[in-house]
Order: sequence, then structure tokens, then C-alpha cells
Amino acid sequence: MSGMQGKTRNGSSGGEKGVPGMFALNLFLFLVGLYASLVIGWLVFPKVLYSQKVQPLDFNHALHVEATGDCESCHYFRDDGSFSGIPKLDNCAQCHEEMLGDDPEEAKLVEEHISRGREIPWLVHARQPDCVFFSHAAHVKKAEMECEICHGPVGESEHSRVYERNRLTGYSRDIWGKNLAGIKKNSWDRMKMDDCAECHARMKEGAKEACFVCHK
Amino acid sequence: MSFGLSIGAGIGVGINLTPLPWKITDDLSIWTQNWPWTPVPPDGEVTHAESVCTLCPGGCGISVRKMGRRAVKIEGIKGYPVNDGGVCILGLAGLQLLYGPTRIRAPLRRTGRRGEGSFETITWEEALAELADRLSGLRAEGAPHSVACMVGRKRGTVPGLFRRFMEAYGSPNCFWEASAHDTYALTLRLMQGVDGAPGFDLERSDYVLSFGSGLVDGWGAPVRMFRAHSRWREDRGKERTRVVQIEPRLSNTAAKSDLWIPINPGTEGALALGVAHVLVKEALHKADLVRDHAFGFEDWTQGGVTQKGFKTVVLEKYAPARVAEITGVAPDVIVQTARAFAKARHPLAVCGRGQGERPLGLHECMAVHALNALAGSINIPGGIACVPADGQPQWAAVEQDEAARAGTARPRIDGPREGISSLAEPLVHRLPQAIAQGKGYPVQALLVAGANPFFTLPDTRKAIEALTKIPFIASFASHMDETAMHADVILPDHAPLERLQDVPTPPGMPYRIVGLARAVVEPLYKTRHTGDVLIQLAQAMGASLGDAFPWDSYEQCLQEAMGDNWEAMQEKGYWTEEQPAAPSWKEGFSTASGRFEFAPAALLRQEPMAALPQYVPPKADPDADDYPLTLIPCQSMRLANGAVGDPPFLVKTLEETVLKGNDLVVEIHPKTARISGVREGQTAMLWTPVGKAKVRVHLFEGIMPRLVGMPEGLGHTAYDGYLAGKGINYNGLIRPVEDPVTGHDVAWGVRARLTVA
Repeated sequence: MSGMQGKTRNGSSGGEKGVPGMFALNLFLFLVGLYASLVIGWLVFPKVLYSQKVQPLDFNHALHVEATGDCESCHYFRDDGSFSGIPKLDNCAQCHEEMLGDDPEEAKLVEEHISRGREIPWLVHARQPDCVFFSHAAHVKKAEMECEICHGPVGESEHSRVYERNRLTGYSRDIWGKNLAGIKKNSWDRMKMDDCAECHARMKEGAKEACFVCHK
Repeated sequence: MSFGLSIGAGIGVGINLTPLPWKITDDLSIWTQNWPWTPVPPDGEVTHAESVCTLCPGGCGISVRKMGRRAVKIEGIKGYPVNDGGVCILGLAGLQLLYGPTRIRAPLRRTGRRGEGSFETITWEEALAELADRLSGLRAEGAPHSVACMVGRKRGTVPGLFRRFMEAYGSPNCFWEASAHDTYALTLRLMQGVDGAPGFDLERSDYVLSFGSGLVDGWGAPVRMFRAHSRWREDRGKERTRVVQIEPRLSNTAAKSDLWIPINPGTEGALALGVAHVLVKEALHKADLVRDHAFGFEDWTQGGVTQKGFKTVVLEKYAPARVAEITGVAPDVIVQTARAFAKARHPLAVCGRGQGERPLGLHECMAVHALNALAGSINIPGGIACVPADGQPQWAAVEQDEAARAGTARPRIDGPREGISSLAEPLVHRLPQAIAQGKGYPVQALLVAGANPFFTLPDTRKAIEALTKIPFIASFASHMDETAMHADVILPDHAPLERLQDVPTPPGMPYRIVGLARAVVEPLYKTRHTGDVLIQLAQAMGASLGDAFPWDSYEQCLQEAMGDNWEAMQEKGYWTEEQPAAPSWKEGFSTASGRFEFAPAALLRQEPMAALPQYVPPKADPDADDYPLTLIPCQSMRLANGAVGDPPFLVKTLEETVLKGNDLVVEIHPKTARISGVREGQTAMLWTPVGKAKVRVHLFEGIMPRLVGMPEGLGHTAYDGYLAGKGINYNGLIRPVEDPVTGHDVAWGVRARLTVA
């Protein structure tokens, strides 16, 4: 204790007029640290955390919705009530067994996938961890929710988006949301547990908030 | 220093103003809850494929849930006659036998020493050529009879094809394992003159007197028995079924019964006769069956000599006091049990110890069956009836050539049978001794399919020593079991869920039901159906063999074998018939006398005095002084003890009182522990006249004193790390004990000693 006091005294006695200067320097350094961390946290971190992946094919949802009329032609419910999710190749082959137009992406589909019987390795933006049980039927059929409420206006998109893969978890950036601060404008901006809970908390009947509803 | 602090403070404040810490924390928690190396079943369209389980003779209908090509779950089929939606723990774990690491992936040829497990992969053409050359060579030398084959079970088309192969090839040496089912079939043939299997109408019985049968431990068709048990336990007031379990140990079945009667092991037959004594003495038996439709109950005269009937013999020799001395069951318990049995509306006595997988003494089975006769529980609802055998395969008869005729005319390697020649069945337990002693002729080649004799034969060490002398062993196993490890060539079969086959009527079913096991997934590896391999082998060898196997495929052969039933099997997955109305007592007995024979004519011809059901005390054991205890097996649904080894899920379910680490745990009564000087959990040495083993001891008041209960099904040396090296093989500590009439190995235990290790 006495040593500390001694040092302080020594320091004080050595630079009386240096105090404002030191303070300014320290403040400057503080601001440097602050600025650097803000840059890292807001700009560098997201770039490092997510890798950018391009979908195997550039898919035009708008065109297909126009041609087929709805989402359910491709994203349908099976006879047993389970949801088909991303269509399998068979589904595409129903129309694209041979080329319908002259789009190079369609050529890729027909030549590299359909004619060789190779499934398209789509990257699924909405894929949830395996510990979550989710039934489309309960939401779409029973609660009569529109697809857009969770998935947004995907049907209007003309190109496939870049898939941003979280290097730690392996899941898409869509789950946490594009905005890393967690600011959400639309219902489909985020797909975290809190976003599910937001709706479930409002439900009247049954134990809809119970853990085991989703975590079996 | 303070500069560093300033920057640090800046970073500290700044970083908390960014999403980084919160996002990293969240991602880490997601990462740790979904380790990327944890396998996740694929998502996709779910389909179901129906089949019949072949892991035990129980024959449950199963529905396999599939995701794409991958089977992901095995469930019972609702409405399937045997199991109605239920499935057992082994069936549930069946996927591990399909996808597990012990599968044999291609034909193999031995490269190292026998049993060492060094093999090289060969093509199917090479494997078939090797086997065909070897067998053709022996045939050309005039020694086809020196080829032996072992198939796990007697019934079914694949064992049928092996018998056919041996017949056309020219060897009498086709062996299979007998079970309590076979003893029952003999009993029915002798006492009722009918050919078939016992069918127990257990669901409708209201008083089940079980002489050691593990009714919910895997006896009969296990899942059918679980369902029957649930039915018995339904609250139906006075109608509720009573279950009385007679066995030396508080098994699961005993624990769930209404009354457990501990009994000295091996004396169950004496107790049955004691119960018969009370029934007869107090005139509680159904007089009409006994008076009008039975022979041998009253005394009779034969050739001028008066023979004592069943009535006289049980009254003279099996009074409760005497039976109590033999069995250790108190006289009043015997009397009360007999009265309750007689008072019930649908009483039924059953036997076949444990899972019924081992034959039992003929006289014991006859004594228990006599109780059903006294109670009138034969051919009536809630009783026992003979279920005709599933039809024989409808194949054309084999036309043997000269070599085949000469070969099959030779005596079987297990030796000429004493006793009743018409009951002659192959005695597989005699094979090692016959080979070791070199009696008769040497065995030059052994084919093994659906069996694992290197694990299941009693006195396993000696059996392995003997079998290893055979110059050529071919295995048709689908998994690397002990026998495959010792084989020269392995021609791997598909795994159960990959192959087509018929599943004969499960044991104990009161009506016939033949299931069709269908492939639910494509074969994963370069395996072939053993039926197809036999057809290809026979056709490659030509001569009378090729003619006897004219089919293009096993499927065609199976279709022909099933005849008219094939269509129903294709459509529903099984063929069955309505539970037939059993014939009346007047018409139901096809013996020489046309009656139920307490003293069967076939036995009377041999030794008149030994024809009646009786208790034959075991021969005085010279080892009795050195081995004061008796070792008995404990069978459980969680331990597969036959040709199929426990999959990892099952091993995981074993309690620490069965397997602790890799140590086998035996059960003994605290009194036995005091005498032997061992304590709970202690390591001890278990000695039998056959071998010794280091075991751990568990003290349990549910086992009678002077007994050692040992779990059966452990002690494998083959398979994977989940099973190999765990516990001790019960078969390695016992030796065969032959029934004097049937010759079957009826050992249920052995003399033993326990010492501090």
C-alpha cells in the first residue's frame, strides 16, 4: 500500500502540468479501442462469421409462381400430412424432362441434374436445428397461416439469394436475421425461438408455450 | 500500462455496443447442442415397408419406417395376428444388425490360422467354385456322407433346402437344434397319436400353471405372450386369470405371477405328478375324459399280467409328503395348487423351461400334459390342442443317383439311436464327441447356416476343439459370429431385413400362421441369399443335385413351396387359417387305442414299466461332494442367447446385477454366500466339472439357496466391441445330459462350486 502511494506521489510530483495531456492521450486511446471494436463487431465480425455460398442453380420463383399459380405445386403436403419442403428432382422433372426455354440455368438443371438423376444440393435458408420439431401442417393447415409470415415474399424473387452460412453452427444467416443487432421490421426477418414464442404466447388453447411442443 | 488499460476499456465498452458477444454466445450454444458429428437421420418422405421379423421364432409382423432408402425404425403391425402392433426389444434393435459393423460385406477366404480372424475378400465365383470343388471332390472319392451341415432350426424353406441338398448330395448328416417344442410334439404323438405342434389357447385360459416356462421372458412367441399377459391382468373381477409360476428363481415371470412356487431345479415333473395325485385322490379330475376317452388311467391287463395304471401309480408313489421331499414344495401348497387348478373353468398347465429353446425330459412333459388330460383341458377353448404342422414344401421328390443313395444309407455321425427309433432326430450335441473320438468316419466338411455352434454347443471349449479338426468349414453367416471366425470360406447371407423367406408358425400359437419376411431395403453389401447360393451351388455341381434344384431363384422355389398359400402371403404378408374347432375327445385321439394314452403304446412296446409319466431322479452324481451348488441359466428378453448376438442397444439395457463393466454377475442367495464365504459385489471363482470362470456375485433372496443363477447369452468372443469380451458364456460351463428316451440334451444346469477368487 505504501509503495503504491509512493509511486503515485512520485508520478504526481514528476508531471503536474502533464495531467490534462495524459487524460487526452488516454481518452484518445480509449476512443481508438472503442472505434476499433465497433468496426470489428459491426463490419469485420459478420464477414468472418458467415461464409458466402451460391445456390447450385439460379431459381426464379416469380416465374414459377406465375406458371403454376401457387406455392403448393412444388411445396406440397404429402398424403400422410407431412410437408415436402424443398422439391425433389422428380418434381422438377415433371415439367423439365426436356428444355422448355433457352435459359442457361435451365440447361444446367436438365443436363447436370435431371438427365443424370442427381438431386440438386439446395442450401436451405430456413433449416432449423435438429432439436426443433416443426410441423408445417399445424401452422399452414390448422392455424391457416400464410407462407409469407415466416418465409417472406420468396415467391416474388427472380433470383436465388446468396446463402450465408454460419461457420460456427452451420445454419443460415436467415435464422438469426440479416440484421445482427436483431432489429426486426417484418415477421419473416428472423426465425429464432423468440420469434416462434411471440406467436405461441398469444395462443389461447392448449399448452402451446410448453417446451415439449417443439423440443420433443 | 495505463495506455493499455485505456485501449482495453475502449474495446470493452465498444464490443458490448456491437452484436458480437451476444451472437457468439448464441452460436456457441447452438453449436454445443447440435454437435456436427452427431448423426441426424435424413429428413424426407416417409414410407413403410412390411415384413416379418426373423430374429427369433416368434414371427412378429413388422412395419419398417423408411426415409428414402434408409430404414429408420421398426414397429409392430397393428392387426397382425401374432403381435398386433407390439414388438420386442430385440426386434426394435434390429436396425443395428442391419447397419452395424459386424456385417460380412463380401465372400471371404481364411488366410491366417483357424479362428484368428484373418480373411481375404474373394469374388462370389471364387467362393462358389471353392465350395463346389471341395464337395464334388469328396463325392468323387465316395465320401459324400463325410459332409455334415448344421442349420439353426428345423422348419422353414431354407433349412428345408439344406436337407434337400444333403439328400441329393448323399449325406445323412443334417443337424438342427431341438427345442421344448420338439419334446411337446413327441408327447402329442405318443399320448394323442397326432402329428403337429402344441397350440396353447392362453388368452382364454383362466388358470395358468407354468412349470418353469418364462411366459413373459421370451417363451413361445414372445410378443404374443406379452399381450396375453396384459389380458390376464385386466380387471375382470372373479374372471381374472391366475398365473402360478413354478421355478427356482424369482424371474420376471415369477414376479408378475399371482403365486410363485420355488422348486428344486429339475423336479418339476415330480410336482406335476404330486398335483395329479391330489386331483385323483380327491376325485377332482374330469371323470368323463378319463373314463370314456383315455387308456392307461385305470389298471389294465396285458398278456394276462395286470399292469398298474396312472391312477394307481400316482396314488402310490406321488403323495404330497413324498413329492415335498423331492421338490422342496410344502405338501399343503401342492394340495392347494391342485384344488385351485381343478376349480378353475379353463385351467392349463404348460412346460418348457425359460424361453423353451431347450428340449426337456419326455416324462416331465408327459406328466404336465397328463394334468391337462385330468382337467379335461385338451381340445377345448382355453386349453391345449394339436396344431397340424405347416405344409411340407410342395417340391418334387429328390431323385437320388447312386452316389447319393450310398451316402445317405450310411449311419448318421451322431451314432445309432437307442430307444424309440421312430423318434429319431439328429442329436447335435453328440457331434463334437463323435468327431473328437473319431468313431464311425471322419467329418471332412461342415456347412453352417443360421446357427452358431461355436458359441451355443455345450462344453464349448471341447466342442470348438473338436469342430476345429474338420478340414473344411463353410459359413453362410451374415454377421461375423464365432463360427464364421473359424470358417475357411464365408458365403455371407443377406441380413434379415434384406432377405425374403417364410416364417413358420411361431411356437405355441393355437392356429397356423406362416409369415412372409420380405426385403425392406436393398442389400447393402455384396451378399447373396443363402437359398440362391444353394441353388447356384447345386446347379454348378450338376448330377442329381442340379435336377433337385431346378429353380432360377430362391423366390421361385419359395413360391413353389408355398403352393396355394403364396397368393395370400404376397397380398397380406402372411397366410393363416381361422382357429380350427379342435376335434372332440371322441375323434381327437389317433392312438392305437383311439384314446388319450396315459401309457403310450409306443413306449409300452419298449419297456412297459417306463411308459407312464414318472419322475426319474438324476443319477447319483460323482461330483456332488466337490460341487455342492447347482448352476442354472437365467434367460431374459434383453439377452439374445442363440445364433443372433445382442445388438448394442440391448447390451446397454443390462442391469449392473447382470453385467458390471465386462464382468458377469451371478445371483446367489445370502445363505449360499455365507457358506461360500463371498460377499455382495465380490469377485469369485465359479467352478463346474466342465470349466471355471471369474464372476462377480450378487446376493438375491429371490433365488433358492444352493443355486447359482447365471445370465445366458453373454461371453461372446466374436461380433463387435459392444458384445465381445463381455461376461462369460454359460454354454462353456455346462455339459449335455441326455434324456433316456429321446436322446435330446435336456441339461438345465450343472453342479457347481463358488470360491473366493
